[in-house]
Amino acid sequence: MLQTAIIVFREVLEAALVVGIVMAASRGVPRRALWVGGGVVGGVAGACLVAGFAEAIAQAAAGMGQELFNAGILFLAVAMLGWHNVWMGRHGRELAQEANALGRAVGAGARPLHALAIVVGMAVLREGSELVLFLYGIAASAGGGAEMLAGGALGLAAGAATGAALYFGLLRIPAKHLFAVTSALILLLAAGMASQAASFLVQAELLPSLGQQIWDSSAFLSDGSIAGKALHALIGYVAQPSGIQLLFWGATLLVIGGLMRLNGGAGAGKDLARRAASVAALALLTLAAAGIAAI
Amino acid sequence: MIRPVIAAALLVGLAASADMVRADEPSVALTIKDHQFAPAEIEVPANAKVKLVVKNADPTPEEFESGSLHREKVIPGGQEITISIGPLKPGRYEFVGDFHRATAHGTIIAK
Repeated sequence: MLQTAIIVFREVLEAALVVGIVMAASRGVPRRALWVGGGVVGGVAGACLVAGFAEAIAQAAAGMGQELFNAGILFLAVAMLGWHNVWMGRHGRELAQEANALGRAVGAGARPLHALAIVVGMAVLREGSELVLFLYGIAASAGGGAEMLAGGALGLAAGAATGAALYFGLLRIPAKHLFAVTSALILLLAAGMASQAASFLVQAELLPSLGQQIWDSSAFLSDGSIAGKALHALIGYVAQPSGIQLLFWGATLLVIGGLMRLNGGAGAGKDLARRAASVAALALLTLAAAGIAAI
Repeated sequence: MIRPVIAAALLVGLAASADMVRADEPSVALTIKDHQFAPAEIEVPANAKVKLVVKNADPTPEEFESGSLHREKVIPGGQEITISIGPLKPGRYEFVGDFHRATAHGTIIAK
């Protein structure tokens, strides 16, 4: 049972951390639980659907369906995270002031919660579909039903507890700094997801790896360990990164970070930032749509 | 609406051209049976692209995963998938079956 619980925990971890960050980032926004909960429910439904069509997806696009699908999902999440942050860059100052006077966060209701709900949905869908496949495998083996239920419940509870711990940890940050911290965390989430998407496109032979292994820190912290996996989910840590992963990671930080700055400032920069953000978001959405449409 | 369609067509075109390149790459067969890889150790030529043809002979799904190879791919029960790897520098590259880490592991040796 413990074996099953550990694997379930590993799969749940990434999505749970994303939910924890999103909940902290949307603190004080009315009806956020509804949006985030909706994202989780939609993600679970999507995960079951994807798992159900696993064979069809695996055979699609000349056998590269999984890679394109995963890259598409990840790019969609990156676009939503970026959009949220650029939008927040514009309203950040007002919101930070409002957050000081708790309970006055009325204007915050307009925050792009749908973007964050999509991010949660995509994270749950991606990790969840693997989890559904794994649990199906356990249940299908002799006497596996009870094993699946007990191990699954334990792993799920541990994953949810980790997400909750991150959330409550973040809430200890004073309200006036919380916004800056969650923005930075969301920026890193986006960079990590973009680098992962690039890796899937290398696997599909659509991108060059630009150096198979730039460094190897697996002796220090391996990808397979729980800590490595958590860091992978949070900042995109990879023990043996390829050149293209580093490139996408850095480029995402620069582009979204740059747009946040431009949009947060006054005057001419704003228009430019808004236009550039639209173009960047459109390009990413196109990539996402292409990945999903190609299967 | 038009742009995604064009991009999709481009991506599919790229995937198709990649397919043609793949045709003359050496391929190595790998089977998953009772949540174990057979053979557990594979030798492949270094500095060349190699096609791994992985057959899952178990009725349950497995996920081929390798940090050093940068590959992760689900293989549904009873199915066969192809994973293109390399060109690899000479060395050892570990891989695991993510759903059965206790039993499913193997090594690719690039020479």
